[in-house]
Amino acid sequence: MQTLEPILAEHPFFKGLKPEYLQLVTGCASNVRFNTGTYIFREGDEASQFYLIRHGKVALEIFAAQHGPITIETIEAGEVLGWSWIFPPYRWHFSGHVFEPTRAIALDGKCLRAKGEENHDLGYELMKRVAQIMMDRLQATRLRLLDIYSDLPGGRL
Amino acid sequence: MNTTLPKVHDRVVIDRKHFQDLFVTLTSKGYQVVGPTVRDHAIVYDTLTSVADLPTGYTDEQDGGTYRLKKRADQAMFGYVVGPHSWKKFLLPPVMRLWQARREGNGFDVLPENNDTPRLAFLGVRSCELHAISIQDRVFMRAEYTDPTYQSRRKNLCIIAINCGQAGGTCFCTSMGTGPKVTADFDLALTEVLGRDLHYFVVEVGTQLGSELLQTIPHSEASIEDVQLAEDIVANTAEHMGRSMDTTSIKDLLYRNLDHQRWDDVASRCLTCSNCTMVCPTCFCTTVEDVTDLTGEYAERWRKWDSCFTMDFSYIFGGSIRASTKSRYRQWMTHKLASWIDQFGTSGCVGCGRCITWCPVGIDITEEVHAIRESESATTKAVKELN
Amino acid sequence: MTAPLPDPMLPERYRVQRVSREIPDTFTLELEPEEGGDIPQFATGQFNMLYIFGVGEIPISISGDPAKRKPLVHTTRAVGTVSKAMRDLKPNDIIGVRGPFGSHWPIKQAEGKDIVIAAGGIGLAPLRSVMYHIISQREKYGKTVLLYGARTPTDILYRRELEHWRAHFDLEVYVTVDRATGSWKGSVGVVTRLIPRAPFDPQNTVAMVCGPEIMMRFTGAELEKRGVAQENIYVSMERNMKCAVGFCGHCQYGPNFVCKDGPVFQFSQIQGLLSKWEI
Repeated sequence: MQTLEPILAEHPFFKGLKPEYLQLVTGCASNVRFNTGTYIFREGDEASQFYLIRHGKVALEIFAAQHGPITIETIEAGEVLGWSWIFPPYRWHFSGHVFEPTRAIALDGKCLRAKGEENHDLGYELMKRVAQIMMDRLQATRLRLLDIYSDLPGGRL
Repeated sequence: MNTTLPKVHDRVVIDRKHFQDLFVTLTSKGYQVVGPTVRDHAIVYDTLTSVADLPTGYTDEQDGGTYRLKKRADQAMFGYVVGPHSWKKFLLPPVMRLWQARREGNGFDVLPENNDTPRLAFLGVRSCELHAISIQDRVFMRAEYTDPTYQSRRKNLCIIAINCGQAGGTCFCTSMGTGPKVTADFDLALTEVLGRDLHYFVVEVGTQLGSELLQTIPHSEASIEDVQLAEDIVANTAEHMGRSMDTTSIKDLLYRNLDHQRWDDVASRCLTCSNCTMVCPTCFCTTVEDVTDLTGEYAERWRKWDSCFTMDFSYIFGGSIRASTKSRYRQWMTHKLASWIDQFGTSGCVGCGRCITWCPVGIDITEEVHAIRESESATTKAVKELN
Repeated sequence: MTAPLPDPMLPERYRVQRVSREIPDTFTLELEPEEGGDIPQFATGQFNMLYIFGVGEIPISISGDPAKRKPLVHTTRAVGTVSKAMRDLKPNDIIGVRGPFGSHWPIKQAEGKDIVIAAGGIGLAPLRSVMYHIISQREKYGKTVLLYGARTPTDILYRRELEHWRAHFDLEVYVTVDRATGSWKGSVGVVTRLIPRAPFDPQNTVAMVCGPEIMMRFTGAELEKRGVAQENIYVSMERNMKCAVGFCGHCQYGPNFVCKDGPVFQFSQIQGLLSKWEI
């Protein structure tokens, strides 16, 4: 059976990761696909996995009482879905709703956390990458918060 | 009186008593003479009808935020420097209608202005002012676009220049390379010589027109002593400038100090009153106003002097780009001394000192440059001492 | 002595052919010269000064097809006195036009290269001309990607055209919104997020960016991050304009006059100014 290692290696999230660490990580990886309409996870579920999206589109949704589900962001090819696996309480904050047929690599959070505790260098590499994603998302969110296309950018918070 | 006309670059002498003949000849050639005259306790530029309108026997004392008209002990006709007016008011009128329009069916007819261009003779133009005019020429007469009013007035202009016999308290033309000696772009250049029993002008002929003007003015050939005396007078002026500015790499100096603390310092003093831009002979910003009458049948477009110091100068939907006093002062000064060089190939400043004199709080552009320059070398010095 | 140049402050009279509403408070004017005939040749990215009798005059980018000799097309937001009066014009009304003015998008330099067109909000209007040009001369350009960010799905400008362009199999069109509303199933996120996965070769790309200044700054930075050289990124700036010919001084941006050195600038030319406050 062909290993997932080369597929992981080509995803931006693992770019530059040393081959020996990639091997360790591959042990926690599996190939997954989801059909349109599937909820990969729901708000409050245990965040045991995260996903490297290879194709497709997943919407992060939150449910508002009178309004139904609101899409806060969409995660697409080349991006990473989920970081709640790395910090307690390890619970999803949003629901993951598949908008387009999606193929992804699922990574077992518990498995990776264990390996990271065992090998701190690997743990550091993982932490760096997750931190980068969070920084990019925060920056992007700040830009949206500025509401730059409106008449009063920054004035309608 | 000579029968052969002097040639360009020749120098002649005109006695004070024949000065009125200059007015006569200019008027007879169809020129409207404008020049210095006393009004409202200052020497301003306005229409002159005769030599009696000149500020004979007056001088000005200038310093930061100060202008005082004083009586002289003698009867010099040009014994002062520059006042709140500059020649730009004649080439770039402060308020001017661009065109009118009249409603016509679904639309409107545009009626261009019938610009009867006055033939102007500027009497008493200083070297710094000649440079200022040539600086504005580069703004308004470009290959792609030319201001028709500016161009027609400029084309028909006669310039009688004056070599300054004294420097003003805020003058620094020597620092800017714009004087005090008149070197180009004039029809006649005069140097006033006043002795105990003598009062005459050494006149340099600049153009064919200048030569023709002398046809009806009694004059004699200037002697070598006369010419030397005139040179000495203006050389002496150059030694007594009220201010100075080090312009070494000034463009780069200001470009790399856009966030300097000094801008906050000057902002705490500046009132954004825009006096500096109004009196500056090179400031050219204008605004356009579209107005209509009460019936809505007639509309006009007017052009008026504007200033980068106003709040709405930089307004685009949402707000002004330069809202703070600091940003507006910085814009004016860096434009004048730095960006102007990138835009037009020369500095925008001619060292006339008007902005220093007419600033109500006496902000001094030479001092501001000095402060920024000094703080840089102070930092470098401090770093050197640490090492 | 050469003949005096025409007065650049005199408007030409144009007749309104159509006023169409686009998204809320955005509309498009289609104009033709009052006497008939073709409109003057313009380059993509240029703008005209449009005058409403007795109200005023404002600069508006041209958003029509440069290959079409009529009509003259302008899309703009109705946010001030003049633009609101413009929105209320009716067919056959007469409007004053001066122009075209300004620098243009680098469609010549971009030949043989991949193209990234990144637009935010109303910024799509001046870039639509480029899209028309590229489509009509498709063989001259490499991969072409349009990235468009709007506030919400109802604020997507030229929606039908975007869908039409997306249907071209030699054009990539990505649309994202800052906030999803209703049943939007498209991308949700800031437009800069579209850049990492857009299909173009950063070493051989010309990028043209237009939108609010913040958007252009961050989009330029993101393109640079992906390897596009600053010299190959172009933006379109906006400043207060009264004359459009470099006389009134209002549009100055550092040493640049936006009306004649711009509105299109190379990122490398103004990168230092973009992050300077109140410049």
